[in-house]
Amino acid sequence: MEFSINQEIWLRLWSIWCAGEEKRVGTRTVFVGHRPVSETDAYVEQKFCDNRIVSSKYTVWNFLPKNLFEQFRRIANFYFLIIFLVQVIVDTPTSPVTSGLPLFFVIIVTAIKQGYEDWLRHRADKEVNKSSVFIVENAKQVKKHSEKIKVGDIVEVKADETFPCDLIFLASSNDDGTCYVTTASLDGESNFKTHYAVRDTTGLRTDNDIDSLTATIECEQPQPDLYKFVGRINVYRSNQEPVARSLGPENLLLKGSTLKNTKTIYGVAVYTGMETKMALNYQGKSQKRSAVEKSINAFLIVYLCILVSKATVCTTLKYIWQNNPFNDEPWYNQKTKKEKETFKILRMFTDFLSFMVLFNFIIPVSMYVTVEMQKFLGSFFIAWDKEMYDEEIKEGALVNTSDLNEELGQVEYVFTDKTGTLTENSMKFIECCIDGHKYKGGISEVDGFSHTDGPLKYYGKAEKCREELFLRALCLCHTVQIKEGDNVDGLIVNQERSTYISSSPDEIALVKGAKKYGFTFLGHEADFMKVQNQKNEIEKYQLLHVLNFDPVRRRMSVIVKTSTGKFLLFCKGADSSIFPRVQQDEIHQTKVHVERNAMDGYRTLCVAFKELTQEDYKKMNEQLSEAKMALQDREEKMARIFDDIETDMHLIGATAVEDRLQEHAAETIEALQTAGMKVWVLTGDKMETAKSTCYASRLFQTNTELLELTTKAMGNSDRKEDRLHELLLEYHKKLVQDFPKNSGKLKRSWTASQEYGLIIDGSTLSLILNPSQDSSSSNYKSIFLQICLKCTAVLCCRMAPLQKAQIVRMVKNTKGNPITLSIGDGANDVSMILEAHVGIGIKGKEGRQAARNSDYAVPRFKHLRKLLLAHGHLYYVRIAHLVQYFFYKNLCFILPQFLYQFFCGFSQQPLYDAAYLTMYNICFTSLPILAYSLLEQHINIETLTSDPRLYMKISDNAMLQWKPFLYWTFLGAFEGLVFFFGVYFLFQNSSLEDNGKVFGNWTFGTIVFTILVFTVTLKLALDTRFWTWMNHLVIWGSLAFYVFFSFFWGGIIWPFLKQQRMYFVFAHMVTSVSTWLAIVLLIFISLFPEILLVVFKNAKRKNHQKKLSNRKESDSLSSRPSFRPLLLRTFSDESNV
Amino acid sequence: MAVNYNAKEEADGHTSGVGVAGGGAAGGAGKSRKPDNTAFKQQRLPAWQPILTAGTVLPAFFIIGLIFIPIGIGIFVTSNNIREYEIDYTGTDSSSPCNKCLNVSWNSTPPCTCTINFTLDQPFETNVFMYYGLSNFYQNHRRYVKSRDDSQLNGDNSSLLNPSKECEPYRTSENKPIAPCGAIANSMFNDTLELFHIDNETRIPITLNKKGIAWWTDKNVKFRNPFGTTNNLTALFQGTTKPVNWPKPVYMLDSEQDNNGFINEDFIVWMRTAALPTFRKLYRLIERKNNLQPTLQAGKYSLDITYNYPVYSFDGRKRMILSTISWMGGKNPFLGIAYITVGSICFFLGVVLLVIHHKYGNRNNSADIPN
Repeated sequence: MEFSINQEIWLRLWSIWCAGEEKRVGTRTVFVGHRPVSETDAYVEQKFCDNRIVSSKYTVWNFLPKNLFEQFRRIANFYFLIIFLVQVIVDTPTSPVTSGLPLFFVIIVTAIKQGYEDWLRHRADKEVNKSSVFIVENAKQVKKHSEKIKVGDIVEVKADETFPCDLIFLASSNDDGTCYVTTASLDGESNFKTHYAVRDTTGLRTDNDIDSLTATIECEQPQPDLYKFVGRINVYRSNQEPVARSLGPENLLLKGSTLKNTKTIYGVAVYTGMETKMALNYQGKSQKRSAVEKSINAFLIVYLCILVSKATVCTTLKYIWQNNPFNDEPWYNQKTKKEKETFKILRMFTDFLSFMVLFNFIIPVSMYVTVEMQKFLGSFFIAWDKEMYDEEIKEGALVNTSDLNEELGQVEYVFTDKTGTLTENSMKFIECCIDGHKYKGGISEVDGFSHTDGPLKYYGKAEKCREELFLRALCLCHTVQIKEGDNVDGLIVNQERSTYISSSPDEIALVKGAKKYGFTFLGHEADFMKVQNQKNEIEKYQLLHVLNFDPVRRRMSVIVKTSTGKFLLFCKGADSSIFPRVQQDEIHQTKVHVERNAMDGYRTLCVAFKELTQEDYKKMNEQLSEAKMALQDREEKMARIFDDIETDMHLIGATAVEDRLQEHAAETIEALQTAGMKVWVLTGDKMETAKSTCYASRLFQTNTELLELTTKAMGNSDRKEDRLHELLLEYHKKLVQDFPKNSGKLKRSWTASQEYGLIIDGSTLSLILNPSQDSSSSNYKSIFLQICLKCTAVLCCRMAPLQKAQIVRMVKNTKGNPITLSIGDGANDVSMILEAHVGIGIKGKEGRQAARNSDYAVPRFKHLRKLLLAHGHLYYVRIAHLVQYFFYKNLCFILPQFLYQFFCGFSQQPLYDAAYLTMYNICFTSLPILAYSLLEQHINIETLTSDPRLYMKISDNAMLQWKPFLYWTFLGAFEGLVFFFGVYFLFQNSSLEDNGKVFGNWTFGTIVFTILVFTVTLKLALDTRFWTWMNHLVIWGSLAFYVFFSFFWGGIIWPFLKQQRMYFVFAHMVTSVSTWLAIVLLIFISLFPEILLVVFKNAKRKNHQKKLSNRKESDSLSSRPSFRPLLLRTFSDESNV
Repeated sequence: MAVNYNAKEEADGHTSGVGVAGGGAAGGAGKSRKPDNTAFKQQRLPAWQPILTAGTVLPAFFIIGLIFIPIGIGIFVTSNNIREYEIDYTGTDSSSPCNKCLNVSWNSTPPCTCTINFTLDQPFETNVFMYYGLSNFYQNHRRYVKSRDDSQLNGDNSSLLNPSKECEPYRTSENKPIAPCGAIANSMFNDTLELFHIDNETRIPITLNKKGIAWWTDKNVKFRNPFGTTNNLTALFQGTTKPVNWPKPVYMLDSEQDNNGFINEDFIVWMRTAALPTFRKLYRLIERKNNLQPTLQAGKYSLDITYNYPVYSFDGRKRMILSTISWMGGKNPFLGIAYITVGSICFFLGVVLLVIHHKYGNRNNSADIPN
């Protein structure tokens, strides 16, 4: 059996592609009701997993070890644990409490959070597992917990209940063996889907009947694709050959979906518990890591090196210094016995560890906590933003992960889907053409069954029978259903309330379109479709076969039998897939219309039909039935049969459906481009349609030179590849080789002299990416990539979902690893959403899959502007500042301690009291930076949104490059030096009080620490550009708290402390005028360079702004014409081709 | 500072606050509910948006310069007016009278004494503070700093008889607990310094006040003698032994009851470990007797030293310092010079930058920076 993975993935509602590759082998056999099929065959009990859903990670017993293990698997936590253990084991300068307390605080908070989350999961699991279900056993209903369901059990489900496991639909209370199901909780599609019972079991409507059923079900092993299922049921009747029926997705009721509009159904469990499709789909997404996090880790390594080198330097110097015996052990300071007895090597090692412990505060535990808190709390602002709230769908933005907030400020490439993302995806039937005659309908449109409005404008007229045939085709060739309106008063079943529902909005538009011309689709009745024609007669057609639309075939077909007994095949699809299958002489007239419509940005579909002879149909019917029985690859087989029959059809006409551009889509794209982002459109649509959308959305502008790499440009088919290579080289020469000097600047400069746009289609792309045999072709791939990167805008049309992901991956892996963002609304965008650094889902009309798999979901495309330009920018600036500040403040915290070692005989004497060491990062300096990182708006949100160029300022991770990092590091080092040596010189005479009494080493440390806390906090105050009352509160509050705490800490003889070092130290310190003067002076000196720099920067920025505003004026003079004439221009251009 | 106070239209800005942050999980927050239009949630809290510009900072530099320079001059003058006289009496120099005592040991009997004569050129008008100074003495060594038991010193009776492990190896001696234990106490400075004014060949002893040299809180709260029914310190310290290097036990440090035992001020001063290896500690006070005479007249003086404290073994130095004290403490030229320097730099930069600013950037008024 041959099929490529590609083909499989091309399937229409293609969900979890990674799982698709992992093909589960073999089948399973299920004995319905656990009954052996015959006496001779022994019933073999098979082992399947039970129906218990376990989404929780922990149990009561393994929570502690498992959770701790997982927490300490994080490098940072592990590092701190090591430090803590060293402190416990080795005699170190600081007590284990100083590092243990913060660590355990972090660990316990995380454990509580995770425990709580797991408890919620446990509760949810329990609710699901303990919910009662009815199982038919020995013709009786038995009430059981859901978790007790075994594979093979017959389960009864009532209306509005959710299915407890994956069931094969056996019988329902409806006579025709159908039931309606909504899969809203699975994929977000809220329309009712019809599922069919196995034909031979539909009659078994009571417990007794169903209990008499002897059958086995063979089906594939569980796999996560929600829309794929193949199986076979063998129904055994007494002394008869078993009847085999095929089973497909329409027979399978998925766990998680809900039964609607049907009283009860019987089903047999085939997949249970963790093997249900829902459970298989809940495999977690892969963790995305932001660039900032990578920078943090890089900085961390630098600081680790600083730490290790500090410890090494101190250890070395200590032993050099101690070479002198009176330094090593003067008479006043004898070693303990233990110390004397340890080996020198061991002593050196413990000394090294002690220094590590003494300086370990340079890498703070609290940074991780603060970063996490900032991300978690910060992400609320996105969900809270009322500007990203959509009145229509009554929803705002959704944040699925808070890890990537700052990545939103770093985007370089935006990959966007077209339909539903750039455009509304609310289709409107605009016009149709029948046999080359154009019909344009009335504009107004009403939901539901209102009668046709207004006369139709005809531009010439086709024959009446052709017209009717066309409209019948529109009424029959679709998968639209009718949803009955809610019966509010329970008496009147109001037809006006009914609405069409379908998974594809195009189809609804078409059916509604047909209604305007007098043909109304009234719905299904058993196998028949009812259509009301222009004379208000009701025509009935028996629906024989349907082959749904899929993106590979790009068409759908139905076979119906008319009341007169004729067999008709209707086929509807993209022109490219229809034209080769119709009689060639008919194409021409229609083609003109189709192309013109496409140029106007409409979605076009061609409609064709074919009358089948009795024999043809019979033959085909047999083949189809056979294919339907197949256990595997049924879709492919059916498609092949339809392929055979869909030839020599007659083209009737074409339709044009408008998909309006989303509100502000053009402005948004323009803003993104101005912000230095490159926007690529990846769509499955036709090139012409896509191109006109691109023009309309200002992705391509008048002065954009278009480079085409399409099948059209390639010309005849046999030399395709050579021609492609020629083109590639030509474009490469044009873009890359002729602009070598510009290459660096071109990337992000907004004044590039010439802008290029590239258009490529799916087949050409696959030629480039998967070359046929030529080994040199890999070279062309890189040429292609270079061309792409030089273009300001790229349009990829006719893309399959996988190709979209391929493109994203290709760009993602180029040199410099640019940050990519994918935005899309449909299931076909999930692949690229998952692939890109940041995936954004539009809460669109094509279900919720994209939103579910995304990192962020917004209601409309225009919200991207604020999300990136304002939120992204702010989050990036905030977190970057947070990270730099944390490293800075800990460097100047620890540097004095390091310097002090030179004056205390490298004895690891801490400069600060243990309480200060512990509280510095937790209490004294943590809240101001947290508040800053949540509230800072260095530039107003309005300015950020309205001036996209500001976004370029932070591109390429600008604030976390080595240069700013070095700046912060030097600043920290400078301040550390000032703190220490300032106080050192002050202490040349330690009698600083007016009563001649002297200060000791703890006062020394406290003065340094006071200056430190004030400087570090004031430095943040200097950086704060947006002082809300909260900033005031935490900044001044922290300082006040420090002073208060110091008084308090020194004011009491603490009974639990071994040493009362700090007793009244702070109080004495503040009575000394000299100390005050020194503190003020040293704070000022520390901040002085910073103030100078800020002034210079502001002066520079002012100049820059002046220049910018000058430029803006000149820009606005040469502003482009609006996009309508532009469209006309391209149209006329295009018609010359 | 250029200040824009953009009070946004929302009136409820202050009430929303952080309390709202608790509500709703990140995911569920927006679901089918319109986000609240509060200033906090929309990030529109009224905010003060200061911008440091040359126009605002340069005048500030001027002002800071103008404030700092006078302060600096004031400090500098004050510091210069402080009289200070320092004698190194270690005796490393062979000509020094104390040279004979250089290699003194703890238990040399009789104690080595020496006398150093010196002349004060100028009188010390106000109260004079007598310090002893040690150099290359690492009182801030970690092993040393932690070698004490504060609860023993606080009068805790159980710690008295069972001192902390930190005191090792100065915890017990001859199986008896040491009081006060630890290296700091053990190495207490025990030179005796006496000062005589030589007036016409007669030595007039100068009264050295040994009380009031320690922090009040140390003397009265942190350091306590063991508590008991009797006031007899000897009885209270029953069961303990003296530190190894001490000639006599702690309850015989002084004859006065309120300066004896753990609350002996010399002891308390010593127990406050110094920050740097070169340090001074307050030894005695010389109070001014009346307004007519300076505390120490100019003239000849002699310093009698009972040389007990060996420092030569670790290359240390011993000094005696006489100093007057101002409002800012002892003599310290650093602060004054630093203030003057910083103030001048500020002033200078203010001038230079203002010139630059006026030359290149005076077209725009600094306050109207858009934000």
